[in-house]
Amino acid sequence: MPHDHGHDPHDTPAGDGRALRIGIGGPVGSGKTALVAALCRTLGDELRLGVVTNDIYTEEDAEFLRRAGVLADDRIVAVQTGCCPHTAIRDDISANLEAVEDLEARHRPLDLVLVESGGDNLTATFSRGLVDRQVFVIDVAGGDKVPRKGGPGVTSSDLLVVNKTDLAAMVGADLGVMARDAAAKRGDGPVLFSSLVEDRGASAAADWVRAQLAAWRHPA
Amino acid sequence: MSVLVALLLADGRFPSGGHAHSGGVEEAATSGRVADLESLRAFVAGRLETAGRVAAGLAAVACGGRWPEAVLDAEADARMASPALRAASRRQGRQLLRSAVHAWPAVARSTVESPHHALAVGVVSAAAGLAPVDAARWAAYDAVMTPATAAVRLLGLDPFLVSAVVAGLAGAIDEVAAEAAAFAAGEGAVTLDDLPCPASPLLDLGAELHALREVRLFAS
Repeated sequence: MPHDHGHDPHDTPAGDGRALRIGIGGPVGSGKTALVAALCRTLGDELRLGVVTNDIYTEEDAEFLRRAGVLADDRIVAVQTGCCPHTAIRDDISANLEAVEDLEARHRPLDLVLVESGGDNLTATFSRGLVDRQVFVIDVAGGDKVPRKGGPGVTSSDLLVVNKTDLAAMVGADLGVMARDAAAKRGDGPVLFSSLVEDRGASAAADWVRAQLAAWRHPA
Repeated sequence: MSVLVALLLADGRFPSGGHAHSGGVEEAATSGRVADLESLRAFVAGRLETAGRVAAGLAAVACGGRWPEAVLDAEADARMASPALRAASRRQGRQLLRSAVHAWPAVARSTVESPHHALAVGVVSAAAGLAPVDAARWAAYDAVMTPATAAVRLLGLDPFLVSAVVAGLAGAIDEVAAEAAAFAAGEGAVTLDDLPCPASPLLDLGAELHALREVRLFAS
C-alpha cells in the first residue's frame, strides 16, 4: 500500500477536478524518461495526460518525449532548474507548480500529470506540495547495492521501479539481493522489476498508476 | 515592521523560484565576461546600479501604494528592453505572489495577475507589514545575490569570498534602498517619470542571447 500522504496544502484532492500528480524521480540514466514515454504510450488512449520535465541544462528529455511522439507537443512542458534539480522538486516547487497548473489550465480537464525530475542522487524526493504520489526509478546497472544504501527515494517513494532487468546478467547484478534489500528498506511498499526493452508499455507500472488514480479519486 | 519577516523574504531559501535564475551571470560567464571573483565583483556592482536601482524604485512605490499596480507594471515594462527579461521577471513575480500568499493572505488583493518581480516584492512587502525601504532593500539585495549565488554554482568560485563581495556592497544596497524610499515617500515633486531608469544594454542583449541557447542551467 502507498504511504499515507495526508493533505496537499495547495489543493484538495479529487474534489476540484484537478489531475492526479505523480512524480518520477531517480538517478541519472536510470530510465525515468523512458518510463514516462512508456506510460504515455500505454495510458495515452485512456487518460488525459500532461508531462512536466525538469532537465538539468537542455530540453533533452522534453525533446525525447516529443520525438517519441507519445504525446502532443503542447502537453509536454520543460522546467529549468538552475543547477539544482532537487531544489526544484522539493525545497522550492514554484516553477514546477506553475508548469503543472499551466498545463492543466491549457488542457483542462486532465486526469494525470507526470512530473519527471532531473537526474539526481538517492536523496532527491518530491515535495508533497507538488505531487500526490512519487515513483523512484533505479536501474540494475547502477549496482545491486543501491536498494541497500537506501535514502528517501528508495525507502519512502510510493513505488520503487528497478529498471533494466534485461541487463542484470551483463552487469552481474543479483535481482534477488535487490528484491530482498528493497523489501527490508520499504516494508510493504511496492517494488517493480521492469525492462522497458522487453515490455515497451511498462504494463505493470501502468497498472499501478491506474490503481493510484482510482484510489485518489475515490478515497476509502 | 519585523526585521525577521524582512530577512525571511529576502532569504534565497524562501521558496519563490529565484534559484532557477542567474541574474544574467550565466550568459556573462558563457561569453567570458565573468570568469573570476574580480569580474563577478564588477558585474554585481553594475547590476546593483542598473537593474537593482530600477527594481528598488519599483518595489518601494509598489509597497507604498500611492499609484495603481497596473500603472507601475507598465512603468516596469518600459524599463526592461529585453522581452526575455520581461518574461522572466513576470514569471518570478507570479511565483513570489503564489508562495507568499500562504503566509500573508492580503497578497491575494494584488490586482495584476503576473506582475513584474519588483512589483511583487512591493506588494508582498506591504502585505507583510514592511515599509517601502524594506521592499527596496530586498529588491536591491536580490539583484546582487541572484547572480552571486549563480556564479558560485557556475564557476566554482569560493562561496566565502563571494559572500564577502556581497557583504562589501551592503552600504551601496542601503543607499539604493534609501533613494527608492525617498521617492516612494514623495519627497520633492515627483512623478513616475522620475522613477530610476538606468539601463545596461549588455544585460539586455545577454538575456536575449541566453534565451536562445540550447544548453543552459538557469532560466534567465
